Amino acid sequence: MFGWEFPPFNSGGLGVACLGLTRSLAQTGAEIIFVMPKRLDIGAPWAKLVFADGVILEPFDSALSAYATGASYDSAGGEGIYGQDLFSEVARYARYGGELARKEQFDVIYAHEWLSFGAGMKAKEISGKPLIVHVHATEFDRTGGQGVNQAVYDIERAGLHAADRIIAVSEYTKNIIVNTYDISPEKVSVVYNGIDDTTAPKHREDLSRLRALKRTGQKLVLFLGRITLQKGPDYFLRAAKRVLEYDKDVFFIVSGSGDMERDMMVFAGQLGIAHRVFFTGFLHGRDRDEIYAAADLFVMPSVSEPFGIAALEAMRMGKPALISKQSGVAEVVNNALKVDFWDVEKMAEGIISILKSPALRYSLGEHGKREAHRITWDDAALKVSGIVQDLLVSSR
Amino acid sequence: MKSVCFYFQVHQPYRVKRYRLFDVGNDAEYFNDRSESDLNNRRIVEKVARKSYVPTTSLLLKLLREHPELRVSFSFSGTALEQLERYAPEALQLFKDVVDTGQVEVLGETYYHSLAFFYSLPEFERQVAKHRDAVRRIFGVWPRVFRNTELSYRNDVGHWAERAGYAGVIAEGWDPILGWRSPNHVYRPKGAERIALLLKNYRLSDDVAFRFSSKNWSEWPLTAEKYGKWIEATDGDTINLFMDYETFGEHQWEDTGIFNFLEQLPREILKIPDIAFKTPSEVIAHYDQKDEVDMPTIVTWADTDRDLTAWVGNPMQRAAIESLYSLEDNIIARNDHKLLEDWRRMQTSDHFYYMCTKWFADGDVHAYFSPYESPYDAYIAYMNALSDLQLRVGTSKAFPAAR
Repeated sequence: MFGWEFPPFNSGGLGVACLGLTRSLAQTGAEIIFVMPKRLDIGAPWAKLVFADGVILEPFDSALSAYATGASYDSAGGEGIYGQDLFSEVARYARYGGELARKEQFDVIYAHEWLSFGAGMKAKEISGKPLIVHVHATEFDRTGGQGVNQAVYDIERAGLHAADRIIAVSEYTKNIIVNTYDISPEKVSVVYNGIDDTTAPKHREDLSRLRALKRTGQKLVLFLGRITLQKGPDYFLRAAKRVLEYDKDVFFIVSGSGDMERDMMVFAGQLGIAHRVFFTGFLHGRDRDEIYAAADLFVMPSVSEPFGIAALEAMRMGKPALISKQSGVAEVVNNALKVDFWDVEKMAEGIISILKSPALRYSLGEHGKREAHRITWDDAALKVSGIVQDLLVSSR
Repeated sequence: MKSVCFYFQVHQPYRVKRYRLFDVGNDAEYFNDRSESDLNNRRIVEKVARKSYVPTTSLLLKLLREHPELRVSFSFSGTALEQLERYAPEALQLFKDVVDTGQVEVLGETYYHSLAFFYSLPEFERQVAKHRDAVRRIFGVWPRVFRNTELSYRNDVGHWAERAGYAGVIAEGWDPILGWRSPNHVYRPKGAERIALLLKNYRLSDDVAFRFSSKNWSEWPLTAEKYGKWIEATDGDTINLFMDYETFGEHQWEDTGIFNFLEQLPREILKIPDIAFKTPSEVIAHYDQKDEVDMPTIVTWADTDRDLTAWVGNPMQRAAIESLYSLEDNIIARNDHKLLEDWRRMQTSDHFYYMCTKWFADGDVHAYFSPYESPYDAYIAYMNALSDLQLRVGTSKAFPAAR
């Protein structure tokens, strides 16, 4: 299995998905070699890291990181042993996939996301084993449909066409794959992401830093995700402005990092609401749990969201969720408010309604929590496992 | 002699449009959706008239003429009658024609199809009186048997109906309440002196209303002949078949064969020896009361719980209905016709039903019959409209200006 990132070395939902799925798959009896590109520190105890029974972690020394773009790689990465640019590094990862295919024993090759498609294809070429690619997002999601990188698109397209089976995280994503990458719908199965104790945020009792603020009657509305075009942070801020016209006692938290972070800080100032918006940066572990726990509601205004695990995380904690209809998670949850990402008025209305109505807050919170507990990685792994079995039988 | 007693419910609410928070204070029209959605009351009433009311009532008129012994009864909500007058006058004319045959009884209910009995008795009585006047004006008859909204019933509903002079009252024949008793007899509410209690035979009623087109059902397809045999095999004095009138053509579409079934049904039933069709009043006059029935808590005809939880079971529903009725004194005092009318239209039980999370929470979304996307959206639209109503009544002064 060619992947990406794994918590705690993750920057978003992709790592969470890889961890949840891999762990549950291992429990179905599968043995998994998980290959992860990671800039290795000399002496790091990689070989000793065991994530779950049946999972061997195979680190690949690289400067690649999830959600990499050409520009971000150039500014952060390529020097020394690493490739000169993102694409030469992807090519290096692909060659490594081929090397690995020669020395390891396996039945199926499984590649997550475009950066590992090359490795998957190379491994297939060398070994002749069937290839499954798992699409967590496409270039169209990442760019919001504007400024699609042709080289990335080409790699995605090649991987999708070379794959024997494709797994999409939602019908929403399947549609993009079928319509934009010219793939037969029969080849694509939808397996929704899940959530369980290993990946979910934990309830924390002490909200030392936020309790004082909450005690004064201030309400907190949370955006948690990368601050990129895809995630719609600008729509969040526009809705925030509308909400503040009605209710002054609301703080808006933008938790995450990304290439629009600076722009969004400026934008908050332009809207005249900078004093009501906190930018926390990317939060891990305890900090992330605390911010979830403190929030009165969670908003996911994504412009194009293949799935959106963060919504499940918030719901699982009993937080009312307001999510965009342009998301995969909207296909599987009923007990959340759903709006079009561009419908700022309706988004603001939803936020105000939840904040002012205890009955609505309670109903969305309780039902959402129960619902999120029913959407598990075990179910997802079972489906993936079925697809793998199917493929093994048909390729024999 | 055994009887078959039909009662059909005809009801249409005034659905609240997608009333936006930012409309509060700027828009006093709550029911005037003009979109292509199912919130457009005119569109829905026209559609249901076309698919159900007109073809079913035309057929019924033909059957009543062919079979002079055929009897049925109807209960029309006032909100349905108003909308039929305005949007589907041909359907209303057909209803008048069937009542004019003299073979049809019209029952009494609340004009606004409300749950007012459980929230405000004075308001309940005003709505029953208004409904009675409408029935007299339109059909020229006086209701003698009462049915409360959603068949919601408790001993005190029976007591009230007795005091108000009704000959009978209608309720669900729910086994856990009836115990060994069969629903197929006439009873008396516990604590009442003479008023009769008629109970719905929900198995035979639901075979038509809910199961008719269900291919998973072992009895599918249901023919009039088979159904006639079941009625023949059923013991008792009266078999009370109570259902939504929209069963014919709207809940069960024409292509399920529901109209053929209805067309053949009187003939099949009349094949049974010693049987008659009777209206509720005729049933009450003809049979002795077998026993008294005690229903100390509310029983309705809804889902498997048979209580009011589908309408006021969750905190959103209770917040909505309690806020609404808390306006009563102020609304009445204002003596403003439009204000009173809007407040009453918002009492219709359907609004609260749309906020029900029972099925939604369990993932059974297909069981959620509503013109809204979710119970939460239904609640938000309703509460926004209610905020505007409060503003108009003057009980909410502090609401921030919208623009």
